Amino acid sequence: MSDVVISAAGLRKSFPLPHGLIDRISGKVPLAVHALNDVSFTLHRGETLGIVGESGCGKSTLARCLVRLHELDQGEIHFEGTDVASLSGPARRAFNRRVQMIFQDPYSSLNPRMTVRVILTEALSVHAMRPAVEIPARIAELLDLVRLPQDSADRYPHEFSGGQRQRIGIARALAVEPEILVADELVSALDVSVQAQVVNLLLDLQQRLDLTVLFVAHDLRLVRHISHRVAVMYLGKIVEIGPTEALFAASQHPYTRALLAAAPELDPSKRSRKIAAKGELPSPIHPPKGCLFNTRCPHAFDRCYAERPQLTDRSVGHQAACHLTNFDPKDSLK
Amino acid sequence: MRAVLDVRNLTTRFSTPTGALVAVNDVSFSLREREILGLVGESGSGKSVTLRSLIRLLPSIASQSGEVIWQGHDILKMSPKEVRAVRGGQISMIFQEPTTALNPVLPIGLQIDENLRAHTTLSHRERLNRARELMDLVGIPEAARRLAEYPHQFSGGMKQRAMIAIALASNPRLLLADEPTTALDVTIQDQILKLILDLRDELAMSVIFVTHDLGVVAATCDRMAVMYAGRIVETGTIADVFARPMHAYTRGLLGSVPRVGTERSPLMSIEGTPPGLSSIPRGCAFHPRCDFATNVCRVSQPVTETVEPEHDVACHNSLAVLEAGSPVQ
Repeated sequence: MSDVVISAAGLRKSFPLPHGLIDRISGKVPLAVHALNDVSFTLHRGETLGIVGESGCGKSTLARCLVRLHELDQGEIHFEGTDVASLSGPARRAFNRRVQMIFQDPYSSLNPRMTVRVILTEALSVHAMRPAVEIPARIAELLDLVRLPQDSADRYPHEFSGGQRQRIGIARALAVEPEILVADELVSALDVSVQAQVVNLLLDLQQRLDLTVLFVAHDLRLVRHISHRVAVMYLGKIVEIGPTEALFAASQHPYTRALLAAAPELDPSKRSRKIAAKGELPSPIHPPKGCLFNTRCPHAFDRCYAERPQLTDRSVGHQAACHLTNFDPKDSLK
Repeated sequence: MRAVLDVRNLTTRFSTPTGALVAVNDVSFSLREREILGLVGESGSGKSVTLRSLIRLLPSIASQSGEVIWQGHDILKMSPKEVRAVRGGQISMIFQEPTTALNPVLPIGLQIDENLRAHTTLSHRERLNRARELMDLVGIPEAARRLAEYPHQFSGGMKQRAMIAIALASNPRLLLADEPTTALDVTIQDQILKLILDLRDELAMSVIFVTHDLGVVAATCDRMAVMYAGRIVETGTIADVFARPMHAYTRGLLGSVPRVGTERSPLMSIEGTPPGLSSIPRGCAFHPRCDFATNVCRVSQPVTETVEPEHDVACHNSLAVLEAGSPVQ
């Protein structure tokens, strides 16, 4: 597990808001949504890293920056030791092939005018994966891999259910034999029983094809089920990262603890009437000074309003960004 | 406890150019005072249409049969005027998407006032005070200022609180909640669920809670009814259904949710997808996806039986399912 494939350091990304003529004349400062505020992490070969957080925490921006759908403002992403921003020409194409993304919405991420065969052929021929004569056989193989019937090849996306479309998206990503899959909310648009099918498929494929997976989701139960390691994001920053078991059993950041307490459990006997976190997410246009979570944190004290905490080691491979240490594992969790 | 709502053999059909679709099929259940009933199912199972059928909030192509007995009167037999007094008055509803359910061009205060004017006899001044009280009740700070604001100035969670304030304006005895937390983040969902629980206690109303999230049901409801392809397949108390599911679909749903201690192992998924309304299988609608299906399931529709006290199920092989055990224990 020590072989680092991707390392990200100090990633920052903001999206400027419209700044019109009147704003300029009246001397308004240009505003921006700060989506990523200094994100650093590493991804090891063969592992699944779960990225979890609420909407607006920057988890999708992070996924898109990793596959270079967005260019970073600051920071570097190294893939096998080389800075991906420096890649161009064939090296960039090779990177694009080896790191593939699967999107959230199976309805808008497939071209409605292309049959499954055309979708997969496009992926195969862009990267010249197979000579033209071998493409039909490879398509049959891919359909088999994601457990779609063979007659699916000549049908259009609208003829499939949500779960089947997500399988087509997976087949398209796998067509180019990637090493890393970036899955952004892979199953959140699907019904519970169908979610389970796709999750099982992903676990099976990861084992058979030796894939490294970055699994972005808002569902804690799902992330816990799939991931070896988990990173919790809040307002564009990783507030806690660690091995799944350590992070869930002994979380070291008040936000992680609030998330865990808020997620409804399947056990009716574990009910609680205590509210897990008061207030709402502050605006990413004007993030709070000091600790980003200080507006909602039950433990906040003077230092939290003055100084932003950095990730520090709490146990082996487990880091949290909080001025406080030693949270009692039993305290406040249901 | 006394039943406040009694639904018997409720059926809702939509006539379409390609034939009639049965969205709600022979649904019966009852709701007691102060009870929260969870109506659970996947998309297309008919749970939202069932909820809307109770107060006849349906498009003109729909036709209904059966009985919805509310305080001794059948809502389905009421005149349009009588229905309007019940709907939004004694029975209120909140919706999944607060952004589309609220009127974007009217201030929140006016939208609360509309309901107060329609269902109460308060004077202008009293209505204003009541609107402020309602905003406090649902936890919106600075009520006086926020009453003048428009929905786009509210966050998602605050919009849902505002919608609850509108629904509560008429002092309803029953709140119908159609996936009220599905569009919200988990910490905000937690706040709204607890708000609904507090309001139930304070105002002594009953709640029907439609959701697809079994975690939400486990955390809030007293009893649950599981729907599949337009029918209720299992009803019981939360503890009973989670501990001893008797319908294969319920058991499959419970097994589909990831849980602690089974990390990175295959989940107990249900093969296939839920059927469309135009192609509901013969016999038991679930048989093509069911691990317990036998020959009888392919030909005959199981009737709902009370197998244990307060635990009803419509399955030919309920004893086999019961024996297989609950996946969440």
